Amino acid sequence: MANVLVNAPKTAKRGSIVEIKALILHPMETGFRPGPNGRIIPRNIIERFTATWNGTEIFDMEMSPAIAANPFVSFFAVASESGTVGLRWTGDEGFVVEERVAIAVE
Amino acid sequence: MIARHFGIGLAIVFIASYALAQGMADKGGTDKRRSGTQDMGGVLQKMQDDDTANPGMLFVQLGGELWGKASGASGKSCADCHGSVASMKGVAARYPAIPKGADAPVDLEGRIDLCRTANQRAGSLTSESRELLALTAYVAHQSRGFPITPPDDPRLAPFRARGEKLWQARQGQLNLSCAICHDDNAGKKLAGVTIPEAHPTGYPIYRLEWQTLGSLKRRLRNCLAGIRAEPYAYDAPEYVMLDLFLMDRARGMMLESPGVRP
Ligand code: HEC
Ligand code: HEC
Repeated sequence: MANVLVNAPKTAKRGSIVEIKALILHPMETGFRPGPNGRIIPRNIIERFTATWNGTEIFDMEMSPAIAANPFVSFFAVASESGTVGLRWTGDEGFVVEERVAIAVE
Repeated sequence: MIARHFGIGLAIVFIASYALAQGMADKGGTDKRRSGTQDMGGVLQKMQDDDTANPGMLFVQLGGELWGKASGASGKSCADCHGSVASMKGVAARYPAIPKGADAPVDLEGRIDLCRTANQRAGSLTSESRELLALTAYVAHQSRGFPITPPDDPRLAPFRARGEKLWQARQGQLNLSCAICHDDNAGKKLAGVTIPEAHPTGYPIYRLEWQTLGSLKRRLRNCLAGIRAEPYAYDAPEYVMLDLFLMDRARGMMLESPGVRP
């Protein structure tokens, strides 16, 4: 189950700069903690976050241990055409979450 | 004649504005209590206030999904019995309380778990499990902005009194009481951290140090470990007693769940 909160404007003026904020819930496991049996619990983190605007990549971020369990990412983009912003998180253990928001550019 | 009327007019205006000032003083002026939120930096306050930046809202969202999910032998969801979560408005502001047919108080988590075991007939949710925290956050969030109003139930008094005793008692290897820090030294610094007044206004909270949501119980366990006292067992009644005392001490303050803390 993935829980995501995205904050992006619904409309924007052509050529203006918009801020997009995204927060995701993730069962972060550092990969450094021993479990009840004394063995290290395998690492389980988000490794990559990418954003696209109508399919074109506009933001890409590689994540590593010690960033945040539930990372909050904020980035800016130039609103050039109406369309869909796609957000994608991928990580250990086949973690993939995708979220879309529509922005109308006028 | 005119002068006299003018005088009366002035007097009335004066009385009216005096009454207004009194009313405002009762809301903000004379009440010197401070929520932990007010002791945080501006950045964290903003994070708490922005529902798309407050990580606690992720758990509220998850709680909303669980609210509609059938569980246990009853095959019922919370929504099947309670309908919209709007029915939970104000509930968190009056817990801990004594459930029907019981003789000891439970906190909000305990009440939810009671529904889980007795009404849904599902397995008990462990303390600090993601499910229990999410459901608690979802229910507590409905009371955001509600003043804390402990119930008038006289049966609560002895439990609250025991909570106050615990609050005053020195304990742990550091031999400190809750009161020494949170009553006598609130507002001062302890290793760079401002000692808050310990009002339970924001629970469950998203604590950045924990990187997750946590209950008041977890917060209290942290304070106990901090003075090198052995934290009470997870299911110990002491937490509910302290919670009762703290809620009474914060009577009238606004709930702000889910809070963010450093
Ligand atoms: C040595 C001083 C000290 C003692 C003793 C102490 N605490 Fe605390 N307490 C703190 C500090 C410091 C914080 C804030 C920590 C932070 O924000 O990182 C805190 C936080 C809290 C909070 C959270 C307040 C909020 O705004 O979220 C509560 C509630 C609390 N304490 C209750 C208690 C209780 C109950 C006891 C006794 C069992 C106790 N404390 C004992 C120092 C103390
Ligand atoms: C089979 C029906 C049923 C189900 C399912 C159920 N509840 Fe309840 N719940 C009740 C009843 C009945 C009460 C009131 C008991 C009483 O009168 O004291 C109650 C009381 C409560 C209260 C306290 C309300 C108050 O005003 O003090 C909370 C909080 C609560 N339920 C949460 C939940 C949650 C969360 C779930 C899902 C995990 C849930 N309940 C599932 C029947 C149910």
